Amino acid sequence: MVGTHAAADKRDERLRRQFANVNGSGSASANQLFAKSILRMGIPIASRNIFPSNIQGLPTWFEVRVSGEGHLGRRGGVDLMVAMNPQTWDRDVAEIDPGGYLFYDSTKPLPQSKFRADINVIGVPLTQMCNAAYTDSRQRQLFKNIIYVGALSALLQIEPKVIETLLTEQFKGKERLAKSNQDAFHMGRDWALANLECPIGLRLAPSDKVGDRIYVDGNSAAGLGAVYGGATVCAWYPITPSTSLAEGFERYCKRFRTEPETGRKRYAIVQAEDELASIGMVIGASWNGARAFTATSGPGISLMQEFVGLSYFAEIPSVIFDVQRAGPSTGMPTRTQQSDVLAAAYASHGDTKHLVLFPEDPRECFEMGAQAFDLADRFQQPVFVLLDLDIGMNDWLCEPFAWDDSRRMDRGKVMTAEELEAGQVFGRYLDADGDGVPYRTYPGTHPSKGAFFTRGTSRDRFAKYTEQGAAYVDNMQRLLRKFETAKAHVPRPVERPAAQPARAGVLYYGSSSAAMTEALAALEAEGVHLDALRIRAFPFHDDVLDFIARHDKVFVVEQNRDAQLRTLLMTEGGIDAARLVPILHYDGTPITARFIHAAIADKAPVLNVVPMRKAAP
Amino acid sequence: MSFLPKPKLHHPKLPTNALGFTRRDYEGAISTLCAGCGHDSISAAIIQACFDLDIEPHRVAKMSGIGCSSKTPDYFLGASHGFNSVHGRMPSVLTGANLANRELIYLGVSGDGDSASIGLGQFAHSLRRGVNMTYIVENNGVYGLTKGQFSATSDKGSKAKKGTINADEPIDLVGMALQLGATYVGRGFSGDKDQLVPLIKGAIRHGGAAFIDCISPCVAFNNHEGSTKSYDFVREHNEAVNRLDVILGRAPITTAYGPGELRDVVQHDGSVLRLRKLHSDYDPTDRVAAMNYLQERKAAGEIVTGLLYVDPEPSDLHASQNTVALPLNRLDDAALCPGAAALARVNAGLR
Repeated sequence: MVGTHAAADKRDERLRRQFANVNGSGSASANQLFAKSILRMGIPIASRNIFPSNIQGLPTWFEVRVSGEGHLGRRGGVDLMVAMNPQTWDRDVAEIDPGGYLFYDSTKPLPQSKFRADINVIGVPLTQMCNAAYTDSRQRQLFKNIIYVGALSALLQIEPKVIETLLTEQFKGKERLAKSNQDAFHMGRDWALANLECPIGLRLAPSDKVGDRIYVDGNSAAGLGAVYGGATVCAWYPITPSTSLAEGFERYCKRFRTEPETGRKRYAIVQAEDELASIGMVIGASWNGARAFTATSGPGISLMQEFVGLSYFAEIPSVIFDVQRAGPSTGMPTRTQQSDVLAAAYASHGDTKHLVLFPEDPRECFEMGAQAFDLADRFQQPVFVLLDLDIGMNDWLCEPFAWDDSRRMDRGKVMTAEELEAGQVFGRYLDADGDGVPYRTYPGTHPSKGAFFTRGTSRDRFAKYTEQGAAYVDNMQRLLRKFETAKAHVPRPVERPAAQPARAGVLYYGSSSAAMTEALAALEAEGVHLDALRIRAFPFHDDVLDFIARHDKVFVVEQNRDAQLRTLLMTEGGIDAARLVPILHYDGTPITARFIHAAIADKAPVLNVVPMRKAAP
Repeated sequence: MSFLPKPKLHHPKLPTNALGFTRRDYEGAISTLCAGCGHDSISAAIIQACFDLDIEPHRVAKMSGIGCSSKTPDYFLGASHGFNSVHGRMPSVLTGANLANRELIYLGVSGDGDSASIGLGQFAHSLRRGVNMTYIVENNGVYGLTKGQFSATSDKGSKAKKGTINADEPIDLVGMALQLGATYVGRGFSGDKDQLVPLIKGAIRHGGAAFIDCISPCVAFNNHEGSTKSYDFVREHNEAVNRLDVILGRAPITTAYGPGELRDVVQHDGSVLRLRKLHSDYDPTDRVAAMNYLQERKAAGEIVTGLLYVDPEPSDLHASQNTVALPLNRLDDAALCPGAAALARVNAGLR
């Protein structure tokens, strides 16, 4: 029945809707219900929770992006605001694009000055309806959220059957709850149909653009990746926004790693006393031949510095998931940034360099979450997987997880008892293969061969303590050789050539990807053609430097103040600063397509790029 | 950190243990500590304990932090893997190693700076978790490598070599270990090998968190008049509550016992801790009584040594984690990776 409106108002393709709520009011499930109902209609969405650092009581927002093109980044601006939170009323109303819609609880009349003339206002007496229908104050609060979802379904033409099915799934086995939620949903829907002009100019038409994609948060995906990657030891300390990564690992371990015969666990999870102990346990477990990881955020990275240096210098694998938040110091703990790039790449005192991976979405969180363990074992050093709050804590629509059953863990160069017995020369820090990567042995391998003393002090090729300059330099040079070898093993960058030959390019990474894709399309429509390269790892693959060499100017899009990846490119690639133009978004909100578009368009003259045509207004 | 390997030559008729190893097979590199350092006596006691217990040297993982004491794992058990980690963080590294392979013997060696100052947190939490290990603090009350600063175990009023008087209260690691739930707690003295070797043997055979505080005078910086960690002071004030013998099931009992009541405590692995009581009112299986007794004797100016507390049926971290019997580091792809079919079901649940 909704299909008849498929060609409705053009704006349905650019709907972006924001709920403004109070944290802790039970609205999260109503928001999820709304978001999932759109997905179930086959329409791609991007949803984001925007929340403050507190337990209960401060305002939060839930933002749903719907676009006909299927863009998944943030666009910027709001077409429909569901303003449920009096504290932020003025700010919420101001954010609505001209011609947009304001949905609010009209139980208490508001003065005219609280509204805007250039927007459409939709009032629903939610509190009054709840008070009439329910006596219990908790019920009044909880069902108010379902009632507004009901009203929105009528206004936006969401198929009621879809929501009924979702409620049935959600309350499976709790029939009474399912029934009362269904009733509340229909109360809102029926009221809107009877009292409002439905549908409004923004409407949703069923589509088939979701396909077999999944809707999942990056932290859960990375936790699942660690399960598939063979991690058996997780040591962590709670910190926003990484906590749900360790919890995701535990959830999937309970499901997949419980020994059927005994109910015992094929994994161990320790909530450590602090981040220092977390990384210490990871290093101890990895030294002893288990795959181990920790999950943390910026402050934890700062605390782990000394141990990270040990992992690098003593060559012990370690996997560190850093779900970045806005720093420095405590910064904005519930806001997103990409500001740990340098802290991860060069973590610890002395000369160090680490492998860093930049997943763009939950699918890559899963893939890189598994791959990180192979890289850590292969190169015997720290591997950072840099998520951020936007990817980590929000549900993203992404390609389904994939796994090849013929894939096996790459445990790297581990000398076995048989090899030692056969008389193979074992030098823990000996570059036997010329690739900088030495062989190691696990403790307890052989009664008389292969034991060595692991230390953070300098040592020779056979792990004997030495302070001789030549031996120290020999070792430090081998570490560089090893890093060079790693270049070919880390994920390659992904190039997206412009529609026509371009003299300018753009580099980006991580969660900026979705907004970047949209911005590139908008720029192209204006005649600004840019080749784009998504960087997926440090050390930089040769492709990255080739890309920069092929272009006169290259924009570097980042979510931090100091252009950290650009610094890394200049330092490691010997690139002239003038050729790399920083595009920086760092206010703690996820980067938007509009921001990137405007920032690049603004700087287009430096490229000598003449726009072919202006987009139609 | 020895620059010199030890010569391998030894007397052809050195006694061997049940595995055919001589005591020399448990030695390490030549010590670079000061001549007369208490720590070397503790290394010798560890060597003796491992020899007596017929341990395969390569099945021991020896871990340490930073400091004089933490250098010593290089000087014993040369056939074992060793790990000299970072300052104050041996307990977390040992905990991780223990999680990865429950079958090895974990020996943690630390000092009073390493465990009572920078590493007090990790000391406490590893004991709380009941990590199956032998945790020895070589306690000399002073920072040796940085030349003579007070450590957190220095007694209040104790005099430094340069004359300063320590104004801060000392941390009693034994008292803390009891309070934190360690299931085997002892205090030894590096100058009393007869007491120390069985203490270490009992700790190694213990199936939970075993802690030994071993007073170990620093001949370079803390062995003078006015120090409360000098050889002379400790000898004068040492009050042993018991003498211990560790008896393995098959070993004949050869020890000649002096006067005093005997008490046998059978550990979970069948080893017998035979205690000759020197203080008739002391019960080493009563944690609360042990804590009270220690406080009383401390107030009286005594340094109480011996096996202070043991839980014969301890639990450990693997029990609380409910991990599988096979060490985690031996689980293969089939045991760890759920595979593509399971992933398809995960995907289906996310739509």
